[in-house]
Amino acid sequence: MEQQREAGTLGMWVFLVTEIMFFGGMFLAYTLYRSMFPAAFASASNHLDITLGAVNTGVLILSSFTMAMAVYFTQIGKRRPQILCLVLTLILGLTFLGIKAVEYHDKYTDRLIPGHLIPSAPFGPAVNEHGKPPDHHKLTLLTGATLPQVEMFYWIYFAMTGMHALHMIIGAGLLTFLLIYSIKGRFDPEYHSPVEVIGLYWHFVDIVWIFLFPLLYLLGRHLEHG
Amino acid sequence: MSEHIVPVRIYVTIFLALLVGTTLTVMAAFYDFPWQFNTIIALTIASVKATLVVLYFMHVRYSSRLVWVIVAAALFWMGILFALTLSDYSTRQWLSSGY
Repeated sequence: MEQQREAGTLGMWVFLVTEIMFFGGMFLAYTLYRSMFPAAFASASNHLDITLGAVNTGVLILSSFTMAMAVYFTQIGKRRPQILCLVLTLILGLTFLGIKAVEYHDKYTDRLIPGHLIPSAPFGPAVNEHGKPPDHHKLTLLTGATLPQVEMFYWIYFAMTGMHALHMIIGAGLLTFLLIYSIKGRFDPEYHSPVEVIGLYWHFVDIVWIFLFPLLYLLGRHLEHG
Repeated sequence: MSEHIVPVRIYVTIFLALLVGTTLTVMAAFYDFPWQFNTIIALTIASVKATLVVLYFMHVRYSSRLVWVIVAAALFWMGILFALTLSDYSTRQWLSSGY
């Protein structure tokens, strides 16, 4: 039994390594384009909603905590708190996705969705004019930034947060499966590998966001009033 | 080796530390530090947060050596990916012919 548990954990870690390489490629693309277009990346980043981003970071950290607690309660064989923790984790995961959807909608309204992904609203944000107080639905271009470069930021933004959101959706599905099996009483201190392994996946998705948040939302804030 | 059960106290501590890290990184983002220090500070805080999650929430601190090796291998290969690509991009302009 012990060896089986070890093998399961190990297998999940190997899968997570492939996931690290997958997201790693996108982080690399981000690094290269940001070094090429620093002003455009800062301008585009400043249009993202820092409050929603920060709240979502908190939501995800809290969900990681409740997931860790779900594993804990399974290990000591307390089923009611275990189910409660899984429900909380699922609700928090869905809250994250809801807030993300609000942000995506804001980008749609401000016509910041790159290319012609939305045929009725191709990329073409309104730009703040110099000397006027900034309107937060408009984009403020810092010196040296051009719109095609800003569009590049949004390709990367939607690719990275989109893949992250897809992982969250898959995670929510896995949590639903865990919840059903927990209610059926399938897990106990002897056997609970699925809870632990899905927990590892959930924490991994949290880690990706821990890097995405500062890199996408915070990189140009300090230039805003300077 | 029987399974290690991490005490609740540690989970709560890590959770609070992660929230503090998030607050710090948001606050630091609004200060204009010289040179590239805004990015360096943001990445340092993110790395510390990620390490805490890996070590405690993901139980790596209490896991077998084999898990350690796998995590280290992932970081090592990420290092190769970044080091080789960036060394290419950062030296391209050394060629005068404009490739």
